[in-house]
Amino acid sequence: MIKKAVHYLFVLLFVTFSVQAQEKVTVYDTYDDFAKNILIEDENIYVINFWATWCAPCIKELPYFEKLNAENKNVKVILVSLDSKKDLDKKLIPFIEKRKLKSKVLLLADKDYNSWLSKVDADWSGAIPATLLLNGKKKQFAERDFENFDELNQYVNSFINL
Amino acid sequence: MKVVTLLMMFFSSFLVGEKTVSTGYQPGDKATDFKLKSVDGKQYSMANYKDAKGFIVVFTCNTCPFAVKYEDRINALAKKYKEKGYYLLAINPNDPAAQPDDTFELMQKKAKEKGFSFPYLVDEGQKIYPQYGATKTPHVFLLDKNLIVKYIGAIDDNTDDASAVKEKYLENAIAALEKGTEPSPVVTKAIGCSIKVKKKA
Repeated sequence: MIKKAVHYLFVLLFVTFSVQAQEKVTVYDTYDDFAKNILIEDENIYVINFWATWCAPCIKELPYFEKLNAENKNVKVILVSLDSKKDLDKKLIPFIEKRKLKSKVLLLADKDYNSWLSKVDADWSGAIPATLLLNGKKKQFAERDFENFDELNQYVNSFINL
Repeated sequence: MKVVTLLMMFFSSFLVGEKTVSTGYQPGDKATDFKLKSVDGKQYSMANYKDAKGFIVVFTCNTCPFAVKYEDRINALAKKYKEKGYYLLAINPNDPAAQPDDTFELMQKKAKEKGFSFPYLVDEGQKIYPQYGATKTPHVFLLDKNLIVKYIGAIDDNTDDASAVKEKYLENAIAALEKGTEPSPVVTKAIGCSIKVKKKA
């Protein structure tokens, strides 16, 4: 009886944990779906970083975004992974867990890049990392990386004060 | 107050502009020729191809996952279009000091392993890619025989799966060139790895 209960408990725990892992990453199959749910014009300041687990300069600057998310309460950081959907369980979720990422991470799996890159910003050629700042109607985009936390923080602060 | 706001807008736009405004080629511009060293040790220029009807200039590199996914397709395109008079020239724009996977020796190894049927050139001193306005790998520029830019962007619309491609942008653009019409679309966009430049201290 106890054995059975313990068994159920383990199953329950296992299910809970795997559900948690899944819940960390919402997958958007189309850009329009992503835009409708994420690119929201409200009083919040969104710092939306486009990255992938295979992109070395992206991974290098992730800690700066994490720090920004933790330290600046006015800012909501959203990390938009452009990894393949098939790499979600294999690469993206293990990466998030290993790095203990606290910012919101989602997967944008729309592979028809030519149909949506210009909607993010007309000047985006498609190189990553790239970062979109959003606050109400105010918008700023840069196809660039950040050398250190101060550079990112200053960049975001100058946007806030625009 | 207003003046301050305007000044701030002026300066911030200047700051942003410096980083993001692309100064590379647009369709219709005349591209520069180059003289670059290939993995075989020889120098290559477009001027050497007297019978060329056009050129496919591909900025690519050794290890960017998106470049790697296109390797076989680039090789197949080079073979197919060489016979038709369109020569594919691949240029590695990365600074090996910033990306150690892109040294000349590793380029030679890659070309040998993959049996590249096209020159794989070093953008020594990173002088060519900024003129073209390449920002990532892979990044394709189709030129006609007079080096006029006819198409810029992606090879096709599916990086992950060559068999699931719906639109072959580059091949369609070459077909348009053959017919004497303008390619459509003339510019496409795709995700790629940023070109690696050594940061100045």
